[in-house]
Amino acid sequence: MRIARTELYAGRMLLLGLMAITILPFISIFVTALHPSGTLPRGLEWPADPQWGNFVEAFNVANMTALLGSSGYIVLAVVPVALVISTMAGFAIGQLRIPGSRILLGLFVFGLTLPFGGIIVPLYYLERALGIYNTRLAVVLPLIGLYMPFAVFWMRAHFVNMPIEISEAARVDGATIWDLFWRIHLPLARAPMASLGILMSVWTWNQFLLALVLVEDPTERTMAGALGAFQGHYATNVPLLCAGTILILLPTLIVFVLFQRQIISALLQGSVKG
Amino acid sequence: MPARLTMTMKTSDNRPAAPASSRQTTPNKVARREAIIGWLFVLPALVMYAVFVLLPLLMSIQYSFFRWNGIGPMTWVGLDNYSRVLADSDLLGTIFNSLRLVVFFSFIPVSLGLVVASIMHRTATGRFGAVARTVLFLPQVIPLVAAGIIWGWLLALPGLINEVLRAIGLSDVTRAWLGDFDWALPAVGFIGVWVLLGFCTVLLWTGMTKLDPALFESARIDGASWFTEFTRIIVPLLRNEIGVCLTVTVIAALAAFDIVYVSTAGGPGNSTAVPGIQIYVLAFTEQRIGPASALAVILTALVLIIIIPFQRLNREATQ
Repeated sequence: MRIARTELYAGRMLLLGLMAITILPFISIFVTALHPSGTLPRGLEWPADPQWGNFVEAFNVANMTALLGSSGYIVLAVVPVALVISTMAGFAIGQLRIPGSRILLGLFVFGLTLPFGGIIVPLYYLERALGIYNTRLAVVLPLIGLYMPFAVFWMRAHFVNMPIEISEAARVDGATIWDLFWRIHLPLARAPMASLGILMSVWTWNQFLLALVLVEDPTERTMAGALGAFQGHYATNVPLLCAGTILILLPTLIVFVLFQRQIISALLQGSVKG
Repeated sequence: MPARLTMTMKTSDNRPAAPASSRQTTPNKVARREAIIGWLFVLPALVMYAVFVLLPLLMSIQYSFFRWNGIGPMTWVGLDNYSRVLADSDLLGTIFNSLRLVVFFSFIPVSLGLVVASIMHRTATGRFGAVARTVLFLPQVIPLVAAGIIWGWLLALPGLINEVLRAIGLSDVTRAWLGDFDWALPAVGFIGVWVLLGFCTVLLWTGMTKLDPALFESARIDGASWFTEFTRIIVPLLRNEIGVCLTVTVIAALAAFDIVYVSTAGGPGNSTAVPGIQIYVLAFTEQRIGPASALAVILTALVLIIIIPFQRLNREATQ
């Protein structure tokens, strides 16, 4: 391959510049978080006396222990259920190809385009009527529903590419549909299920609008939802706000670094297949 | 949930094993039975989707024809809420604002992403490229609320952006970007660029790696410049991926809520108000459910109308 050396360097410099623009905001809030609480520091100035205690203070004033519990609870309630039911649906639509599966698929795909804002108002009144408003279920149940378009679509894309011969061979051997799903196809679907699970966990953690509208008590919300309330209280205390923001986005960064391959491929493939 | 699982299990366990002979004798009956079992597999997902997404959507449409404060009786007003939304410059303005956001959330990340991805494809192979992709993708995984708060601080008067501007001798242009009537919307849009550029870049880069390397090799043997490669190979052959990027980012722009809510809350004035914010304000602070729902229906329709052409682009590309 012939690429001029100058072009090689120019290209890499440009990419380095973009990486710097991406990273700099994180560095800036990190440095800001180390300044004395209540001061208004300048952009990238390293503090004379780094206040590591700001993280502890943010942890306490944001009631982070309760928040971690609440977010953990919501993630654990949403993700396994969403994973199981979307896998079953994806299996029936993609592998069994039940009658009406094209229409079902279209119905789910339609949901991919739906802005949350389009349904948030009725959700509020629906939940009041169902008596789940202002509980954790208020976020859990709609999230499961809202994930179905992407999740079913994603699992269907896996099952539709599994050779139908696997199923036929099993059926000739007398396997029931349940056997087929449970013993044969589920073990083969572990990888796409894992990616989907990770993705839905991050989305749940980051969910803001539903938590804001449907749960009044910030400590019962998702992490991102609580961050909104935290901002409301500490908008003027910039170092503390930055410390709180770092605490809340840290888990997503850790998950991303650990599972970046699954997350990136799931997000990309999920949208490409859409 | 477990109850439903055992129910399905029972149905399928009771079913006689299906040897080829029974299938031949009563094919219709077996097929019907299997269709029912298949539908039972879809049912839980369908129910959750129907109750918590489709039903609220229908309720939005219903509410949009009524005057209602959320508590008292509902009064039928026909298309009144729609004409109100379309006549009120503040409400209609939110739609124009979100269309302007499309430029920042969609056109800039997609076109810039194409350029960056092709540069990455040519010059950043191996480890450097992998690190670059991870870093550029980062903003996509953090909560949008966090992105809004981070940039709210960076774009503030004492924030990093103004400091950089002062350092390079542009003190005259420094301002509180998010509090400026003219600059607040582009500033919010810039946050969107920061969040979405990495996603588009990596997606488009992945598309490029799937193209036949021989295409690039022969072009490069002929000494093709980056620009020739870009216009002759990359853009025409990545139509599918470009369509996907446009779809995802246009939805992100029109459905924007989190970033706007925490960075400007729609202000100053109404200069960054988008439909998501306006729906929230109308319904939950002003208790005007009718106009809020009409705006919600218009927003939903708008998303569909704008992205359907992109889907056609995809289909043509795959055919």
